[in-house]
Amino acid sequence: MSKFLTTIGLEVHVQLKTRSKMFCGCSTEFGAAPNTQICPVCLGYPGTLPVMNGAAVRLTVLSGLMLGCRISPYSKFDRKNYFYPDMPKNYQISQYDKPLCLGGSVEIELEGRAKKIGLTRIHLEEDVGKNLHFAHWSGVDFNRAGVPLMEIVSEPDLESAEEAFAYLQALRQILTYAGVSDCNMEEGNLRCDVNVSIRPEGQARLGTKAEIKNLNTFKGVFNALQFEIPRQVELIRTGGRVAQETRRWDADLGQTFSMRTKEEAHDYRYFPEPDLMPVALPEATVAAWAAALPELPRQRRERFSREYGLPEYDAKVLSAEKGVGDYFEKAVRNSRNPKAVSNWVMTDVLRILSERNLDIARFPIEAEALAELVELAESKAINSNTAREVFGILMQEGGTPGAIVAARGLAQVSDAGQVERIVDQAIAENAKSADDYRNGKSVALKFLVGQVMRLSQGKANPQMAGELLERKLKRG
Amino acid sequence: MAASSTLHTASVSDLLAWLDQGKCTSEEAVSDLLAAIRRRDGTLQGYLDVNEEDALAQAKAADAARAKGDSRRLLGVPVAVKDVLNVKGQPCGCGSRILEGYVAPYDATAIARLRAEGAVFVGRTNMDEFAMGSTTENSAYHPTRNPWNLDCVPGGSSGGSAAVVAADEALAALGSDTGGSIRQPASFCGCVGLKPSYGRISRYGLTAFASSLDQIGPMTKTVRDAALLLQVMAGHDPSDSSSLDAAVPDYLAALKSDLSGVKLGLPREYFVGGVDADVEARVQEAIGVCRKLGAKVVNVSLPHTRYAIGVYYIIATAEASANLARFDGVRYGRRAAGAGDPIELYKRTREEGFGAEVKRRIILGTYVLSSGYHDAYYLRAQKVRTLIRGDFDAAFEQCDAILTPVAPMPAYRIGEKSADPLQMYLGDVFTVPVNLAGLCGMSVPCGFTSGRLPVGLQIMGPALGEEAVLRAGYAYEQATDWRSARPPLPGQS
Repeated sequence: MSKFLTTIGLEVHVQLKTRSKMFCGCSTEFGAAPNTQICPVCLGYPGTLPVMNGAAVRLTVLSGLMLGCRISPYSKFDRKNYFYPDMPKNYQISQYDKPLCLGGSVEIELEGRAKKIGLTRIHLEEDVGKNLHFAHWSGVDFNRAGVPLMEIVSEPDLESAEEAFAYLQALRQILTYAGVSDCNMEEGNLRCDVNVSIRPEGQARLGTKAEIKNLNTFKGVFNALQFEIPRQVELIRTGGRVAQETRRWDADLGQTFSMRTKEEAHDYRYFPEPDLMPVALPEATVAAWAAALPELPRQRRERFSREYGLPEYDAKVLSAEKGVGDYFEKAVRNSRNPKAVSNWVMTDVLRILSERNLDIARFPIEAEALAELVELAESKAINSNTAREVFGILMQEGGTPGAIVAARGLAQVSDAGQVERIVDQAIAENAKSADDYRNGKSVALKFLVGQVMRLSQGKANPQMAGELLERKLKRG
Repeated sequence: MAASSTLHTASVSDLLAWLDQGKCTSEEAVSDLLAAIRRRDGTLQGYLDVNEEDALAQAKAADAARAKGDSRRLLGVPVAVKDVLNVKGQPCGCGSRILEGYVAPYDATAIARLRAEGAVFVGRTNMDEFAMGSTTENSAYHPTRNPWNLDCVPGGSSGGSAAVVAADEALAALGSDTGGSIRQPASFCGCVGLKPSYGRISRYGLTAFASSLDQIGPMTKTVRDAALLLQVMAGHDPSDSSSLDAAVPDYLAALKSDLSGVKLGLPREYFVGGVDADVEARVQEAIGVCRKLGAKVVNVSLPHTRYAIGVYYIIATAEASANLARFDGVRYGRRAAGAGDPIELYKRTREEGFGAEVKRRIILGTYVLSSGYHDAYYLRAQKVRTLIRGDFDAAFEQCDAILTPVAPMPAYRIGEKSADPLQMYLGDVFTVPVNLAGLCGMSVPCGFTSGRLPVGLQIMGPALGEEAVLRAGYAYEQATDWRSARPPLPGQS
């Protein structure tokens, strides 16, 4: 049986993080009641005209710069003509042959192997409204109509569902880093069209592709490909042919279905949008934007290792998500112990985020408070058990670690005389254990330290208690 | 003191002077105008809608403001508006059935600027549906008659505006011009019609026919009035990216009664026969008058003129096919009943809502943009458009303005050309190049045919060359007396 090669190209639509829509002043806020963020312009009323939102152009160019694209010094907008009830003008303002960004790439890593996925182009266009279907009628919510959308088109460089998934994750990481989009999947910030074909190994010419439209989760892309690739392979194996068509992914049934064939494809009749002037981007403007770019995830990872002396693993975990990296850096700036901060963020903070499905932005403990807690623990002002206790209090009640420790008398007792008195009491009350230790049963010391901690209500410096016990019992 | 029953015959400048001197009130002027409309418009049918109460209320408010020292530039001056412009709270039907029930939720920028200067909006004038046509016969409502001969068309598409100004049913009106729709009806009806340079007046609120060609402009009884209205409406508008961010000169200061030092060009391609003999004679006489006023007349060449009509009907229809796609029955206007799915809703709504000429142009425009034809038609037309623009650039190096006829013929009989759209399209031959090149052009009355139909002289200027056009037009107008001629209408006072 011959082997088959898979070729995948992705078109990712990213909702840009602008306050207002692309051509009017309406808000882009998610979740408002239907048709409350609309005006004559985004409803396509007679006589209205689009006015370009400069922020949308800037965010697209920033994305291009982050992804290594060539930024077009001259770009223009075109009308893409087709009828659909969610389209106010029955044409979409998009970019046809002069997109803002060309080329570029996204680096993915799969099983330790790095691979560069090429980009064809990035262009800017307006989003459409949303059709809503009820029992006996349908409606259209135009809140989303006119929201700026950036379309990132990849080269057909992806060869498996896993690579497609890794590409999307890497892309999302970079876009969130660039601050161009929240990439919030639940709010539909990221939507994806998948082009996929297969061909027998040894054949140079690509097979006929199918396009799977409008996938709005990464998992959906992965699952759709996991279904579609074997479907095409099976078709060819049994002597059939893959039709050039548009397909739809049904997540409930776990299958793709034909929507329309090539013969039914639209003729979009693109032509230059006469209502908008071409976009000229002087080199100086692009250079100024480039100078203000945030670092890439990879750059930050390297810097975390270098600047804070973190192990590579820590640096990677902490830089995976921009918000987490920002949180770590804010905490580290208030601390002298980067590795200790890293440990707290990686174990305690990330665990809670994952358990509660929280975004770092909503994490209840401020970075400064965590830094203070780390400092208290590292300076032995509190012991590690107490530190954990304070962390719990911070989670539930807020406040600052210093104040909590003071108010609850949690400070570690490191006064030698005070600890010695407790040690003496522990020995006196546990003569048998003391004897055991003297007789060479070293495990007994651990028990005695525990007794000291109990007697001090957990506040004694355990290291000091251990040393004192050792000294006293050897002497005896 | 003006007799209050002749106030409607005044020019805007006259009325402003009288209001200023306290010789009349805006309420009197508007009342008199409304009376003239009532007397005549049943015959002429230049208006689609007259807002009597509202206009009188606006006039009263203007009088009250003036009494308190308000001296805005158009305070209390009644203006008629072509049905293609959005005036907040009023229907904006574009002469079409498909916009039935639509009420404009906002003011077009040009309207807002006139309103800010105190203008009173009297009513909406008839037009060819979506400004597509040269006769106003394509109005979905009724044809408008030419006040000089009721059996003739008033021209179009701003035929309603031209007719009401010529017949003293308006002191001034707004039109829109995509390929001659201000200048040609002005020529047919004997009033002044100015199409400003592309981008001079904001298009925001002008329902689009062909976005790269459309301009709003004034239609008036005198050149001075055209300058006055242009002054108020011109200038950059952040809501229209194609509006020019150029300073607005003092257009009234450009009006001079002589033409010494002015060079006027005659393009030989516009004087090659095929023009009505009377029209040609009147234009030649006008050129003679300009010479006497001190102008130097030179010959120029616009070699790509013969392609203009073809290029225009490709570009204009291509843009229109997209611009008119929004009229689908989903969000506003007419919605066909009983459609079972969206496609059927579109088909029925557009079938019922659009007239034959609009459908013809949508189909033509869709065709020239279609895959496989796009390059041969649309792309080629854009290239020739660039050549036409180049012709004018070269010509304006030799002259300040260009003189031509507005149309090859005077007004013709209603129904005469409606069966042959191509014949009607050819009538735009002298006006469309100005739109294709983004220039300004004005029609100024220059006499009558032997059949007592008005003839217009077209004065073309370079982009943002309105001052030269207005100066030439004003000097010529002042040297002749065509502006005092009035059509023989029933109820004329």
